[in-house]
Amino acid sequence: MSEDLRKIIIDGEEIEVPTSYTLLQAAEAAGREIPRFCYHERLSVAGNCRMCLVELVGAPKPAASCAMNVRDMRGGPNGEPPAMNTLSPLVKKAREGVMEFLLINHPLDCPICDQGGECDLQDQSLVYGRTGSRFPENKRAVEDKEMGPIIATEMTRCIQCTRCVRFVTEVAGSPEIGMIGRGEDAEITTYLESAVTSELSGNVIDLCPVGALTSKPYAFNARPWELTKTETIDVMDALGSNIRVDARGSAVLRILPRVHEGVNEEWISDKTRYAWEGLGRQRLDKAYVRENGKLRPADWPEALTIAAEKLGGDASKIGMIAGDLCSAEEMKAAKDLADALGVTSVDCRQDGAKVGGGAREDYLFNATIAGIEEADAILIIGANPRTEAAVLNARIRKTWLHNDTKVGLIGEAVDLTYPYEHVGTSAAILAGLKKKRSGFIKTLKDAKRPLILVGSGALTRADGAQVLRAAGELADAVGAVSAEWNGLSILHTAASRVAGLDLGFVPGEGGHDVAGMQSNPLDTVVLMGADELDLAQFGDAFVIYVGSHGDAGAHRADLILPSAAWTEQDGLFANTEGRVQLAYRATFPKGDAKEGWAIFRALSERLGKTLPYNNLTELRHKLFEDVPVLAGIDHAPGASEGYDAKAAGAAGDVEATDFVPAVRNFYFTNPIVRASETLAECSALASGPAQMAAE
Amino acid sequence: MSVRRLAKEQPESFAFNKKSEAEIKFWLAKYPEAKKASAVIPMLWIAQKQEGWVSEPAIREIANRLEMPYIRVYEVATFYTMFNLEPVGTHLIQVCGTTPCMLRGSDELIDVCKKRIGKPHEISADGKFTWVEVECMGACANAPMIQLANPDGDHYIEDLDGAKLEALMDDLAAGKTVKYGPQSDRNASEPHGTKVLTDPSLYDGSRAKKIKLPNTAKPETSKAEG
Repeated sequence: MSEDLRKIIIDGEEIEVPTSYTLLQAAEAAGREIPRFCYHERLSVAGNCRMCLVELVGAPKPAASCAMNVRDMRGGPNGEPPAMNTLSPLVKKAREGVMEFLLINHPLDCPICDQGGECDLQDQSLVYGRTGSRFPENKRAVEDKEMGPIIATEMTRCIQCTRCVRFVTEVAGSPEIGMIGRGEDAEITTYLESAVTSELSGNVIDLCPVGALTSKPYAFNARPWELTKTETIDVMDALGSNIRVDARGSAVLRILPRVHEGVNEEWISDKTRYAWEGLGRQRLDKAYVRENGKLRPADWPEALTIAAEKLGGDASKIGMIAGDLCSAEEMKAAKDLADALGVTSVDCRQDGAKVGGGAREDYLFNATIAGIEEADAILIIGANPRTEAAVLNARIRKTWLHNDTKVGLIGEAVDLTYPYEHVGTSAAILAGLKKKRSGFIKTLKDAKRPLILVGSGALTRADGAQVLRAAGELADAVGAVSAEWNGLSILHTAASRVAGLDLGFVPGEGGHDVAGMQSNPLDTVVLMGADELDLAQFGDAFVIYVGSHGDAGAHRADLILPSAAWTEQDGLFANTEGRVQLAYRATFPKGDAKEGWAIFRALSERLGKTLPYNNLTELRHKLFEDVPVLAGIDHAPGASEGYDAKAAGAAGDVEATDFVPAVRNFYFTNPIVRASETLAECSALASGPAQMAAE
Repeated sequence: MSVRRLAKEQPESFAFNKKSEAEIKFWLAKYPEAKKASAVIPMLWIAQKQEGWVSEPAIREIANRLEMPYIRVYEVATFYTMFNLEPVGTHLIQVCGTTPCMLRGSDELIDVCKKRIGKPHEISADGKFTWVEVECMGACANAPMIQLANPDGDHYIEDLDGAKLEALMDDLAAGKTVKYGPQSDRNASEPHGTKVLTDPSLYDGSRAKKIKLPNTAKPETSKAEG
């Protein structure tokens, strides 16, 4: 698509830019830095901070560069291209003036402000401001507002940029923050100071250019320059959001989003943001052995001896279940050990999802997350993307908002933050949909790029494989699958799922899946951080829990082998699109805890079946050799030629029962977040009677 | 101007009465269904006309009707000082305190208000009056003036002084009808003592041509009785 280009002059330098650019974008294209507070790339333009003023040659006054388009610029009297200056004395004076006004009512409390050191106002006043203030009057003071357990407020610091208002209204889709009053008395608040209920609300903390909205759990904990920053991957859902883990010493103090246009843009959910709280609580830092019904601490040699003894038993009576947070390496080591022992009852689908076994596309989000924006009709089947992948839901909302994409839902009617056509709740509706002629099927058929989003809730049913087949057939019938576009998209809820399926962490010949392991008595069960199971059903089996948190699994366990949490070890995670990303260690494991793969490597040695790798690099070599698809780091496969969506899942009838969403409580999906106090508060707020509807 | 907050004590509920419903219908008909949020200011105004002030349940009721988030209506209600966020007396006296009125003696009016009613925004002991100081209402030729807002409507009362205002408030308190407009020998804002424009038919509307006002169903005569 070619766009109109226009020649303009920026600081005497000629440059050609699309006419749709704003002056600010044009200036950035020319390599100029324009200071700004209210402007944000992913939000609508407000133009109220005036910090981005530039000089338009010939214009009587400076113009706000964020709010003016290149096409609206006027050329010179003799046909010269339009010119703007970003470095002229006029611009300097304008910026100083704006800065001075902004600082008139801004308190000088930087030393006690959590934003200190990473504050836009602080940085920009240093570069663009005047030396001193000429304002001898009293400063304005504003009452602080209550905004819930996540956002701490210090409203006197607010400069009314309204980024937070625009974020919750546009991106999060729960318009709960607003600006009341006017002029000097304008204040940012929620309606009657109720808590912000959006699961993306933490992002306003990052957006706030000053210290008005800061992180409540992180309050007065650290200064940004004290923190060790590790760029890694989130595992709270199957998106693999790119995050930065900030730690001081052995403690992770906060988690911030990183920009990845293909995955999370620059948002993360509150669950991701406050998972760090859970990293410091309920940790398993020692090995434990159950004796006379009580767990007693043990050392590694003893624990490994017991584990090896149990795993050396009848291989057909041993089961291994990988939880939602396992890295590919850990599962690979466990799988190799299981193979060496002849254990076939292994499963990485603790929720019982009927996926895996077929083509890789059968269990991937083939449309890719960025591809959601290209979809012109989306059918959501048995999912509540808002709780299963909050950031992905924001992406669907974005495409609904900007591209007018039609959305349909088969499943429980919930508030998705955008309107949708509720096609039905029962799986039978899905099975019958492709034979229909009118209604949403027509929207799908007319769409150039229809997207069929299948949630975990639809696949964990007993007839999950049949539901998948029905979805695949529907995708095929509406033309959602071609060489350029594959609209059949599975939305997983577990970060470990795709890599687990890739490396075949599923029952082998004669092996049982999770349900089978629960119904057929086993001697020994290895739980790799798997807690979201009905553990009572394992009966008298000897449960070895390999994990980081003392949750349900550890309570049931007969032997606990402490492993590192995901921030404490390097690991590979494949997200729901099949994009493999590297997670890095931010801190060291707690106490005696070891990296997951190393535990299985040590066990293999005890069992006399030493695994052929001595370190993570060698393990990765083996992993990439056996499962080459995991070697494509940061690559989302998307559509490919020759994929037959009709073959996904298994043939058979679907039951005419309602879909049940996979995630009921957004804040409590894994052992790490269950240990977080802030998220517990959020959860109580979300389920409590005090919850106020957004509209 | 000062920080505006919702009243501490709020009624349990709010419902529009029949008269208000008719007005709402009229205003909603002006906007397409998808843009009905445009009616938020008229709706707030109707609620205020009905109750004398805008209560929190009223804000929610309006938001529900216009399918707006509560915060959006809250923003509008707090932005405009013409919306009373706290209960007011039967008669709300809005005293203009801007320069022309101040030079012509609005301080005297304010003193009367303070003496008879109390602090601004407070309701008088008998529940009949509340006063506030407002900015220019564009009747500078008849300064000093007040706007009297009561269930009857909004009325300019002009060419005042302290004694006249006291007499006016006595009448209002006694439930008598009062004369709106200039309290002097003037009809409107003509110079004092003018003799040429004394024919009453100039002012009763009888000479006016019938016109059709926009957005009205039937033609009306232009009203000039105020």
